[in-house]
Amino acid sequence: MSPAQAVALARVRASDAGLGETLSQVRELARRSVVRTMRQPASVVPAIVFPLALMAVNVGGLDQATNIPGFPSDSYLDFFIAVAFVQGALFACMNAGTDLARDVQTGFVSRLALTPMRGAALLLGQLAGVMALAAFSATLFLTVGLTFGIAIESGVAGALVILGLALLIALAFGGLGAMLGLRTGSGEMVQGFFPLFFVLLFLSSMALPRPLIEQDWFRTIATYNPVSYLLEAIRSLIITGWDGEALALGFGIAGGIAVLTVTGASSALRRRLTRT
Amino acid sequence: MTATENTGIVVEGLEKQFKNGPKAVDGIDLEVAPGEIYGFLGPNGAGKSTTVHVLTTLLPPTGGRATVAGYDVVRQGRQVRASIGAALQEAALDPLLTAREHMRLQTALQGLPKAIRRRRGDELIARLRLSDAADRKVGGYSGGMKRRLDLALALVHEPKILFLDEPTTGLDPQSRSDLWNEVARLAREHGVTVFLTTQYLEEADVLAGRISIINHGRIVAEGAPSALKAEIGRPSLEVVPCNPDRRGAFSAVLERFGTAVKTNTPGAVAVRLERGADALTDVVRTLDAENLRMDHFQLHAPTLDDVFLAKTGESMSEAEETAGPAHAVVPGRDPQPAGAPA
Repeated sequence: MSPAQAVALARVRASDAGLGETLSQVRELARRSVVRTMRQPASVVPAIVFPLALMAVNVGGLDQATNIPGFPSDSYLDFFIAVAFVQGALFACMNAGTDLARDVQTGFVSRLALTPMRGAALLLGQLAGVMALAAFSATLFLTVGLTFGIAIESGVAGALVILGLALLIALAFGGLGAMLGLRTGSGEMVQGFFPLFFVLLFLSSMALPRPLIEQDWFRTIATYNPVSYLLEAIRSLIITGWDGEALALGFGIAGGIAVLTVTGASSALRRRLTRT
Repeated sequence: MTATENTGIVVEGLEKQFKNGPKAVDGIDLEVAPGEIYGFLGPNGAGKSTTVHVLTTLLPPTGGRATVAGYDVVRQGRQVRASIGAALQEAALDPLLTAREHMRLQTALQGLPKAIRRRRGDELIARLRLSDAADRKVGGYSGGMKRRLDLALALVHEPKILFLDEPTTGLDPQSRSDLWNEVARLAREHGVTVFLTTQYLEEADVLAGRISIINHGRIVAEGAPSALKAEIGRPSLEVVPCNPDRRGAFSAVLERFGTAVKTNTPGAVAVRLERGADALTDVVRTLDAENLRMDHFQLHAPTLDDVFLAKTGESMSEAEETAGPAHAVVPGRDPQPAGAPA
């Protein structure tokens, strides 16, 4: 028996592959996810350019909204920059979903299933890759915002919390993308959900604070829309300072969505990784 | 012999039925000896790939049992996977990664120690003649290069048993020949047991020491290619008349010397010669005596297609048409199994 084969057999005989080995698998799969993403400019560029472009257009066109009595800030950029983080997370969702769907379609998942890889490693690796891109884009959005004059009331610690929350939101939406990709096994199907997510974003407190939305139906939808609370948590750190309720709602909702979607994705992965 | 020393494959009454679907595999039995190249031959949709997916633990069987390298495919899936390498029907590669990056990922997922991962990857890349392209993205590779990389990835952990599911489908003759040479070398020099599915009769003939022919989920013949052809025994004679209107007259004469058989040559008439090649002179004399002019004629030694025809009553191409869509698909895209065995 060769050394390589002896190692392989010894590992399966062990009752547990061990945390170290699982982390090694996660690291390699995350590396693959990042490499793949960086080699697809069509995935990276929109995830960065679109949120910045939407921010530029809205800040340029809606700056007068700050004159509305009750508007919480005198800078529309301070108010709107939160949208970029959530929109970036939506792109992360698409990338995670289409990548995994493609892996199902090409049989790459079957190749992985034939290795001693733990199922969780594939999902965690993919999501780690998604979060690496999210960390990059969130840092960029924050840098652009600071360059153009946003003032973060909660200070440096608040900026770090914003990045942390952006990553949690990316994990939540990335999990959703992964679940859709693994369940449908079709990149086209995953992309088909994209407009729906944008409707969710637009029907939130994206452009105005909820109390200032005049239309009752819109305000009601925005109130029930969890995206509003993700935006408001980020906004609170920039505009208000430390607002425990807004942060609890934001982190709670993002964490709850993350738990639901990652659990759903794990279940879909178990079904895909059929092996005896 | 202990389980770990056994490097062969044993299959008994194996069945796989998909929910609301036909029995893709319908009670097959086979044994593959350690170090043997075993050809699993059949048309599209015959059940070849489904069998491979069951034997590689990617699909649970719905009946029968199978051991691979001495391990039960249902109860000892992890041990089976550690003992085998597999290159499935489509080269499952990431077009955005390079060959070296594929190797890095595969060696890590197979649990090779860090110290030997790079060396092992480079060694396989060199052996499969991919060194020049090792740092290029796989999306730009030719079909042959992708297949070679797929094979290299299957060999990372030095498996005792290699499953190759239609490894040369879609390849040009040179790439096909290259892959055949590598597979033969693996068996010859490293004692690797190879389970090879193919729809190419020639491939099974060249590579496999023994073959089985599967059709509609059942094995219809098994043995050495030469033995199976010898069973058919007699060659066939194919004649193309100068005047197509005289095919009837040609048939009447030829059938005095043997039984009519199907031919794919347009306008031709063919018979299996009862007295073998010895009858050829008499056939030519008789046709000449009856003033029947030939455009050309050809004597065919028995082929595996003849074996297939003799065993199933239809040619491979006809069987593909009647089989409908292939049952075997990538796991996860499969219909759900009707139920795993107890």
